[in-house]
Amino acid sequence: MTSNMIPPAIIFILAAFLIPFLKGKTKSIYMLLIPVATFYVLVNIPYGNIWTYEFWGYNLILGRIDKLSMVFGYIFTIMAFLGILFALKVKDDLQHVAAIVYAGATLGVVLAGDFLSLYLFWEIMAVSSTFLIIASRTRASREAGFRYILVHLIGGLFLLAGIVLYTQKTGTIAFDYIGLTGIESYLIFIGIALNAAAIPLHAWLPDAYPMGTPTSTVFLSAFTTKSAVYLLIRTFPGADLLIWIGAFMVFVPIFYAVLENDIRRVLAYSLLNQIGFMLVGIGIGTQLALNGAVAHAFCHILYKGLLFMAAGSVLQMTGKIKCTEIGGLYKTMPLTCLFCIVGAASISAFPLFSGFVSKSMIVTATVNEKMVFVYLILQFASAGVFHHAGIKVPFFTFFGHDSGIRAKDPSWNMTLAMGIAAFGCIFIGVFPQPLYNLLPFIVDYVPYTGAHVVGQLQLLMFGALAFALLILSGYYPPEIKSINLDVDWSYRKIGRGAYFIMDRGLNALNRLSESVLMGVVKGVVSFFKSAAAKIALFVSVNIWLLLGYRGKRLEIKKNRLYNDILEGTLPIGIGAAIAISFILLVFILT
Amino acid sequence: MKKELSIFDSPKNVKKLLITFYCSLIILLIAEFFIHPHPAFSFEYVKGFSAVYGFFSCVMLIFLAKILRLIVMKKENYYDK
Repeated sequence: MTSNMIPPAIIFILAAFLIPFLKGKTKSIYMLLIPVATFYVLVNIPYGNIWTYEFWGYNLILGRIDKLSMVFGYIFTIMAFLGILFALKVKDDLQHVAAIVYAGATLGVVLAGDFLSLYLFWEIMAVSSTFLIIASRTRASREAGFRYILVHLIGGLFLLAGIVLYTQKTGTIAFDYIGLTGIESYLIFIGIALNAAAIPLHAWLPDAYPMGTPTSTVFLSAFTTKSAVYLLIRTFPGADLLIWIGAFMVFVPIFYAVLENDIRRVLAYSLLNQIGFMLVGIGIGTQLALNGAVAHAFCHILYKGLLFMAAGSVLQMTGKIKCTEIGGLYKTMPLTCLFCIVGAASISAFPLFSGFVSKSMIVTATVNEKMVFVYLILQFASAGVFHHAGIKVPFFTFFGHDSGIRAKDPSWNMTLAMGIAAFGCIFIGVFPQPLYNLLPFIVDYVPYTGAHVVGQLQLLMFGALAFALLILSGYYPPEIKSINLDVDWSYRKIGRGAYFIMDRGLNALNRLSESVLMGVVKGVVSFFKSAAAKIALFVSVNIWLLLGYRGKRLEIKKNRLYNDILEGTLPIGIGAAIAISFILLVFILT
Repeated sequence: MKKELSIFDSPKNVKKLLITFYCSLIILLIAEFFIHPHPAFSFEYVKGFSAVYGFFSCVMLIFLAKILRLIVMKKENYYDK
């Protein structure tokens, strides 16, 4: 069945490519209309499989519409709107295009009912998000972006291998519940878990996300991980392994979050911790637990987006984001401070804020299943979250020692985006029913009971007491300009060491064959690399000439495009090659 | 230029804030006696369990984090060397 409406992913991706040709107010309104139009489509499509197409004997399903995919579709579209609004005044088209393609690809992943379209959108997601990381145009961000795309391409290969085996076994590319049963399911699981930043496949996240621009990190925080959470709910609900991965994830990252100096890295680690809660819910797999995981993902996207917006505003207005360099900003950035506190209260699951009505469903699910140990870990983590995300982030940014910086609140669009997100956090916290109505299963759960409210408040407030006493006594670990080692050490240092040994030991042997082979390969690669750049340049220069760019401005534009392409085509080429090889593999094997 | 906020500059206000905070803690402990309990596990029949657990969670968190810092903390240019 096809619908007379366009699939949301296609709306976003096609619409993105018009952005560079628009200017001023038209451009702003156009960008904001993309998620609005998509939302209209989402509200009006019927349940079932729609937008199905026949492709080489396989059925592509671009719209698997049910309660589970819809709730993620809604929140991703809302977050895309807020992200676009927040980034409205950014003067860099690369970021706008990448962000909107990225959001579109995520919607594609969420609505895909078959593995082939899922995989294509999956790769588009990886590539477009890389552009958001390197958009800062610093050396550090380029290197982090490179590590990011490598890790994700490897994850994509695991997923691909799993998909090929799965398709061969079942004879169909359609998928739904898979469950951890055979080798193919484990491969798919690894591929998805990597995107969910499940420990130990998590290090790319705190490595890459804090490298984005003030606005691009807002997009990054929402899409990749939560679309993977969606897929885990779809394909592996009730997998016991997820309970233990999740429990580990709520536990370990909070220590890093306490130690980190960079506010956006603190938030990245607390993002891992929050995904841990969701994975525990998915692993338990009861209706209450799955509802909890979905609700928590929904709330989390909103408040984590809000926190990254607040951090982005601080970075934008002061140029700094490290605890050691900022502080006392509440004096001149009162609105940002207020919104940040709302986000902090929400992530800490304070009563009347959104985290309270979602996280508690997961915690209650552990109680119903009599999992004492997991329950105690989740409660420990709840206190810990309040400690690092709830208190540390606002305290060291807006209070703490006065850094002497007197930056103002950011421009109206950034403030408005934060305001809307903050309103959403409070609204869900006070009136949870509309959110509960969206959840995949019928909700028979009341968050606001006297015992629950008082218990939670005791947990949080006495955690705050510990913070206050430790700060006042001076035992609290001081902020230090430093970095903390994580698993990415293995591929950043050992990788380098291994390269060194190989280089010294084996290369003498290889040098001859290498020089012949590499000469050929290099020639071919550079030909295709520069060919793509030259074709793009040829087309663009003509358009620019038509638009009236001359002289120096044309020269600058040419150089920028050329560099962007040389940095960018390689991963796109790999992604596309993999996508094509997938089709071939499926074709040969079945 | 907008006027700066500076309510937390005066020690008097900070003191007021802390007193309010301590009072709210006491109220929370008292409140537990007036609500209908439905504890998750048997150990939650103990009054104030959440309070004690929350407090010691955070103390442990800081204590272990300080130990962790000895192992994982490096200078900012560690990866550039």
